[in-house]
Amino acid sequence: MVAVAARTSRVTGRRFRSVTLGALGLFGFALALEIAPRVGVVPIDFAPPTSQILVSLGELVGEASFWTALVDTLRTWALGLCIALVAGVVIGVLLGSLPFVRAATATTIEFLRPIPSVALIPLVIVLYGPTVKSTLVLVVYAAFWQVLIQVVHGVADVDPVARDTALAFRLSPWARVRYVVWPTSLPYVITGFRLAASVALILTITGELVIGSPGIGKEIDNAQQSNAVRTVYALIVVTGILGVLANLLTRFVERRVLSWHPSTRGEEVTPA
Amino acid sequence: MLEVKNLHKVYDGHGRRVTAVGDLTFSVPEGQFACVVGPSGCGKTTLLRVLAGLLPATSGEVLVQRTPVTAPPPGLAVVFQEYGRSLFPWLRVRENVELPLKAQGMARSDRGALAAEALAAVGLSDAHGAYPWQLSGGMQQRVAIARAIAYQPRVLLMDEPFAAVDAQTRADLEDLVRSVWQRFGVTLLFVTHDIDEAVYLGQRVIVLSASPTTVAQDLTIDLPAERDQLTTRSDARFTELRGQVYAQIQKVKAPA
Ligand SMILES: Nc1ncnc2c1ncn2[C@@H]1O[C@H](COP(=O)(O)OP(=O)(O)O)[C@@H](O)[C@H]1O
Ligand SMILES: [Mg+2]
Repeated sequence: MVAVAARTSRVTGRRFRSVTLGALGLFGFALALEIAPRVGVVPIDFAPPTSQILVSLGELVGEASFWTALVDTLRTWALGLCIALVAGVVIGVLLGSLPFVRAATATTIEFLRPIPSVALIPLVIVLYGPTVKSTLVLVVYAAFWQVLIQVVHGVADVDPVARDTALAFRLSPWARVRYVVWPTSLPYVITGFRLAASVALILTITGELVIGSPGIGKEIDNAQQSNAVRTVYALIVVTGILGVLANLLTRFVERRVLSWHPSTRGEEVTPA
Repeated sequence: MLEVKNLHKVYDGHGRRVTAVGDLTFSVPEGQFACVVGPSGCGKTTLLRVLAGLLPATSGEVLVQRTPVTAPPPGLAVVFQEYGRSLFPWLRVRENVELPLKAQGMARSDRGALAAEALAAVGLSDAHGAYPWQLSGGMQQRVAIARAIAYQPRVLLMDEPFAAVDAQTRADLEDLVRSVWQRFGVTLLFVTHDIDEAVYLGQRVIVLSASPTTVAQDLTIDLPAERDQLTTRSDARFTELRGQVYAQIQKVKAPA
C-alpha cells in the first residue's frame, strides 16, 4: 500500500511538473509575441501583440455570431469524426479479418490514401456547393484513412495464442471479433481517433475557409475581408484551443478505456 | 476418449519442409490420464493442435469422442503452454474463466456458479477480481486451468503447462492437476518433456521418438492412485519406471 501511494504521488508529481513546465513555456511564447511587435521586430499592423489578441478574443465571446460559428464548426468536426470512426472501424475489422478482401483492396487503398483531401475541393463544390456537406466530405475523407490504417494494424496484432484459445473454446466468428479482436484493436482505434481528430479539425477549418460553409473558418475569412487583423488572430487562437481540448479528451478516454493495457497500467506483480 | 490413427504432419511453407509428426497411432480411453513425453521439437505441440482442431493433419486421422476432428471439437478444452498469452489481459480473472461459457450463451448465474467452483478448485477464490497480469506465472496457469474446467470438458489437453514455473509451484500445480482429474473425471492428455513429471502424474506414459515422430514406448504406470510428492517420488517402483522411460528417451535420441 505504501509503495502504491508513493508511486501514485510520484506519477502525480511528474504530471504536475510537466503541466507547470508546459504552462511556463506557453507563457514565454505569449510574452515573446507581446514584445516582438512592440519593439518593432515584426510590423504591429500584421502581428498584433498578445494582449490585443486577447482583448479581441474577449470581445468575440460576447458576440452571439461567434458562438453560432463555434457550434457549426464543432458539429461538422464531430459529425465527420463519427462517420470516419464508424466507417474506419467496420471496414478495418472486415479488411483485417478477411485476408482475401484485404489483398484485393490493398492497391486501391494505396492509391486513394495519399490523395490530399483539399484536392477534392473543386469536386465537392461542383457536387454540393458551399454547404456543410461539402466540408463534411473533406473531413470524412481525410479522417477515415487515419482510423482505417490503425484498425487494420490492430486486427493484425491479435496474438496467435489468444486466437487459438478463442478457436479451441469454440467462440463464434462474431464472439471472436467482440471479445478478442476488438479489445486487441482498441488501443489502435484510439490512436487512430486521436490522429483523425486533429486532421478532421484541420479540414473542418479549411473547408469553411475555402468553400465558405458556416463556422469558425468562415469567420476568419470574413474578418480578413474586413481587415480585422486582431479578430483573425483571436479566431486562430480559438482553433488552437479546440485542438488542445480534443487531445485532452482522447487522452482521458484512453486512460479510462485502456486501464488494462501495458501503456496505461501500473506494473505491479503480486508475488505467488 | 481420443484416437490418433497414422497421424502424419508436414509443415510446408516459406521454402522449408518440416516433418513434424512421422506416423503416430495410439488411443486414450475415456477417463484416462495419459502423459506424452518426447524431446523438444518432436511434434508434441503439433499433435495437440491437430487434436484440438486448430491444425489439419497432412494424412491420417484423429478422433475425439469417436468423432473425426475437422474443427475444434465440442467438449474439449486446451491449456496452452504460453499461459500468459492465452489469458486475455483486458478481462478480469473471473471474466476470463466465464468467457467461453458466455460465448455459448449460458445464463449469467449459471456461468458465475461454474466459474466460482472452478476458481475454488484451483485455490484462486480470492483472485477473481484481479487482472491476469497482476498475478504470478503459477497463478496465471491456475486461471487457465480454471477456465478449462469451468468449460466442463470431457477431454482436456495440456501442453507443457508447467515448463515456465518454479519447482515449488510446479509441484503444487502437478498435485492440482491430479486432483482436478480425479474430481472431474476427464480424459486427460498431458504433454511434457519432463520424465519425472510424466511418471508422477499419469496412469500411462507415451514416449515419442525424435523426428520423424512415432510412438517409441507405451508404458502403464502402475503406481497407486493416491500420489504424493514425497512418498511417490521416493517409491522404488517410481524410480524403476522413470529409469525405463529415461532409457527409452536416450535410445530414441541417438538412433543407431
Ligand atoms: N508453424 C510451423 N511452421 C513450420 N514448422 C513448424 C511450425 N510449428 C512447428 N514446426 C516445426 O515442427 C517441429 C515440431 O514442433 P512442435 O510440435 O512445436 O514440437 P514440440 O512441441 O514437441 O517441441 C519442429 O521442428 C518445429 O520447428
Ligand atoms: Mg511444444
